[in-house]
Amino acid sequence: MHRNHVLVAMDAHTIAQGARAVRDALMRNLEMTSLTSEVKVVETGSLGIYNRGVVLVIFPENVYYVGVKVEDVAEIVSEHLIKGRVVERLHYTDVPVEKAAEMGAAPRFGKQQRVVLKNAGIIDPESIEEYIARDGYEALGKALTEMKPQDVIEVVKKSGIQGRGGAFFPTGLKWSFAAAEEAKQKYIICNADEGEPGTFKDRLILEGDPHCVIEGMALAGYAVGADMGFIYIRGEYRMSIDRLNRAIQRAKENGLLGENLFDSGFNFNIEVREGAGAYICGEETALIESIEGKRGEPRDKPPFPPSVGLWGMPTIVNNVETLANVPQIILKGADWYKSMGTEKSPGTKVFTMVGNINNPGLIEVPMGTTLREIIYDIGQGIPEGKGFKLAQMGGTTGGILTGAHLDLPMSVEALREIGSGLGSGALLVVDDSQDVVELVENFVEFFNHESCGKCTLCREGNGRLLELLQRINSGKGHVADLNLMEELAVTMMKGAFCGLGQAAPVPILGCLKYFRDDFVRKIEAAEMAAAA
Amino acid sequence: MDKVTVTIDGIQVTVPKGTTVLEAAKQVNIKIPRLCYHPDLPPVSGCRLCVVEIEGDRLLRTSCSWKCQDGMKINTKSQTVRSSRRMALELILSRHPMLCTECVRNNNCELQSIADQLGIRETRFEYSARPGGIDDSSAVLVRDPSKCILCRRCIQTCELVQSVSAIGLEGRGYNVWVDTPFGKGLDDVACVSCGQCINRCPVGALYEQDHVARVWAALDDPTKHVVVQTAPAVRASIGEAFGMSAGSLVTDKMVTGLRMLGFDKVFDTDFTADLTIVEEGTELIGRLTNGGALPMLTSCSPGWINFIEHFYPQLLPHVSSCKSPQQMFGALAKTYYAEKAGIDPKDIYSVSIMPCTAKKYECQRPEMRDSGYQDVDAVLTTRELAKMMKQVGIDLPQLEPGKYDEPLGISTGAAVIFGNTGGVMEAALRTVYELVTKSPLENVEIKQVRGMEGVREAEIDLNGTKVRAAVANGLANARQLMEKIVAGEADYHFVEIMACPGGCIGGGGQPIPTSMEIRKKRVEAIYAADRALEIRKSHENPAIKKLYAEFLGEPNSHKAHELLHTHYTRKTVYKETVA
Repeated sequence: MHRNHVLVAMDAHTIAQGARAVRDALMRNLEMTSLTSEVKVVETGSLGIYNRGVVLVIFPENVYYVGVKVEDVAEIVSEHLIKGRVVERLHYTDVPVEKAAEMGAAPRFGKQQRVVLKNAGIIDPESIEEYIARDGYEALGKALTEMKPQDVIEVVKKSGIQGRGGAFFPTGLKWSFAAAEEAKQKYIICNADEGEPGTFKDRLILEGDPHCVIEGMALAGYAVGADMGFIYIRGEYRMSIDRLNRAIQRAKENGLLGENLFDSGFNFNIEVREGAGAYICGEETALIESIEGKRGEPRDKPPFPPSVGLWGMPTIVNNVETLANVPQIILKGADWYKSMGTEKSPGTKVFTMVGNINNPGLIEVPMGTTLREIIYDIGQGIPEGKGFKLAQMGGTTGGILTGAHLDLPMSVEALREIGSGLGSGALLVVDDSQDVVELVENFVEFFNHESCGKCTLCREGNGRLLELLQRINSGKGHVADLNLMEELAVTMMKGAFCGLGQAAPVPILGCLKYFRDDFVRKIEAAEMAAAA
Repeated sequence: MDKVTVTIDGIQVTVPKGTTVLEAAKQVNIKIPRLCYHPDLPPVSGCRLCVVEIEGDRLLRTSCSWKCQDGMKINTKSQTVRSSRRMALELILSRHPMLCTECVRNNNCELQSIADQLGIRETRFEYSARPGGIDDSSAVLVRDPSKCILCRRCIQTCELVQSVSAIGLEGRGYNVWVDTPFGKGLDDVACVSCGQCINRCPVGALYEQDHVARVWAALDDPTKHVVVQTAPAVRASIGEAFGMSAGSLVTDKMVTGLRMLGFDKVFDTDFTADLTIVEEGTELIGRLTNGGALPMLTSCSPGWINFIEHFYPQLLPHVSSCKSPQQMFGALAKTYYAEKAGIDPKDIYSVSIMPCTAKKYECQRPEMRDSGYQDVDAVLTTRELAKMMKQVGIDLPQLEPGKYDEPLGISTGAAVIFGNTGGVMEAALRTVYELVTKSPLENVEIKQVRGMEGVREAEIDLNGTKVRAAVANGLANARQLMEKIVAGEADYHFVEIMACPGGCIGGGGQPIPTSMEIRKKRVEAIYAADRALEIRKSHENPAIKKLYAEFLGEPNSHKAHELLHTHYTRKTVYKETVA
């Protein structure tokens, strides 16, 4: 028995901040102080605390330390682990709610609710035993031994969960399409090609709790009659890839992937496929093309992947977060899931907060939480006392929200109402000292780089939008450019081949709608300066 | 068949289920503008010009790919549709050099005519050049990415119709362009020179290496005796370049036009097509009786020869050693004809008019100099001949009929059908049947080998010996057959391959546009030409009989082998390069 557990968050972010060196220093110190038999060091996924450097948690006291450096380790060991005194200068008290409740600490993140992230930062993601200890693979066992595939689909349908990749298509309905297809082979694809700037929820889910995604995929496979799954993941997500591969291996060794799972006759295998860095490959049909070894470009729809997908076979493509929800829905039931969130958007949503915000990072809140609660309560507002200019919800393709939208509930239906969406769940907060025109140029530069080049409107349109914006930002613009920009943007939105080209102009149109004056002022100021 | 009824701009139309909006619109006489759509190819839905509005749909849909559904209400001319098309076209035009008068496709350019159709006189964006430089490394094709509008028809043609994939996309987004693998240049990759990409290019981004200038130079040179041969398929298509309807047979007018251009002798490739049949038929009978690689594969189509050399070199022993009719003609023009006419072969300039671009490669092969000179000096495509005639104001449709010169202008119906897929097979069977059975063939029209399907099979009874034949057109279909042969699953004796869809009448040098509809009309014209001829079997051609008697001896003789047969070269898919 160990008297203390020290959890070291080992996600890509904290590793970049030196988590490995801190862990090593900790091990050395414990050895030097002969504490190795009393204190256990556990590597875990993200603890949901960002921009705070290396994060440690010491149990059973449940004390969080942030910004830990190698030189702090000796003090933590001697003060906390030997003398029982909290090192106040590193102590962090804003602990997420679920963990807080579980661990008895007082939460200041009271508005969060952790379903998808329930294990992240609590268990060792490399340990299948720890996942199993927290009800892991129980849903799969329950489905395979007590439920028919159709029952699984019914529960998912009834739960009302919608796809978390950004389109919010009802997951159960999608599954029922593939289930209805007669085919020799069907596939489940987990879309982990998280390329939306500012979005890193899928990475943290995979780094923190890879087995919940694997279990979700196996459940999807059972539901639709697929025995093969692929996880298509950004090649840059090295840690997620390694953890996934090891998790798949561990699941196989434990009879939780492979042949005849739970003696049900159901087989399911998973392979990881790494993307090569194209944003468009997050679009499901481009993703499928890429797995097939082709240039990553979207396909014409219909037919949709649930009827004609990977290698022409019925295929379900689900986002990481969607699949991560599935085991708990099966285990706890549709009613439990529907008890969270709004009537039309049940469940929780994971957001990543970036930009001008005091407390950036990963959060999970019930659907319907207002923008104000997210930015000001959870995110603790805007730094340096600056004002709120705008927020972009859903990544670079996301709609623009202004001060008028602060009390809007963040739900699919409320955002749809104003012609916007939740998208990937990335929330970019922009303070009132920022230049909107430059911000928009930055968005368009991204799309111009990421357009695949298949259709005229996206290929040429983004290039021309960028040209017009660069002209304005370099002081050579005309007010008439705004009309051309607007006409081009509307044309793209209605007429481009795929979601990328259709969504690329959304933030431009939003900014032109709410901040047209900023554009005009910039153009006129340059004209006046030139005339003077 | 299930039917659906849709309303297009207020007009109801009932079409079979699965019909696209574009096709349905055509039925109510609305031609929706499009650039990336081609009737031979699956839709790309990339150019976004063919968009239409569908009631209840927030997005515009591409009519080339969108299928009609019962009750659908379609608007093809709303303000949204018009402004979207205009924007798409402006975006395309602003990356196109607009050097129309310098362009090979001036006046036959889809971009030009759509700009005119939509009434676009200027664009609101500044010209910005596309990446990718001119690739003129090939002896046959030139690619000019600066003119490309990225419709991808060439890529699809190369991949899907021909299974060659010599070209694909490079780069991404705004800076995407069509290129060969690793930017190596067409000469360095397995391009088979079929020219099918040219036929489907909507603009002037792909064209053949020009031989017009060198032919004019020869015609202008008083020391040169310029002879010309015309391939079977040209007579059934060149009229289209002068505004005549597809399927117009203009053999006699073409002969007059060639004389007007100044050719000293106007001969016919059909003459050596007959000769090919006698040589190839004899070779086949030899292989059947003495043993030899079977099935025997035909060798008339130089695009096909390039294909098999690159992709199935292990099957080269199956290919007939006969030269193509063009090259048999070339060898004879500078030997047999030179002797008969008393002209020094060095003074003969030999031109061929071909529906084909690969013939430009074939005539430059090192094997094709058996007369002691380059046997064929220049190859003009059908398009190039039409251009030459237009340059000097020759109005082909109005010309009086003319007759080919003798003796290399005498031919049979078996020769003219070389222009169609299945034609070489049919012509060969007409001869082989009579040579083997020694009895006359009652019905010369062997319908089993006719048609436009990609692969066709037939079995002919030769006095108890059954000859199993297969015919493929288009190289993707040829590949299918080759795979069967490699796998040992084919028990054919004789296989005809033509590289181009529909055979030579669908060749890469033929007038643009092309489509199944157009190719079928050309095929009909060719069969009509066959029916109109008195002699329809190659071995009955009196000029051929005389050729053997006077010059060659007998079929497959030593001299025939020297002049009329060749060998092939094993090639790799990529030329080996030193790093």
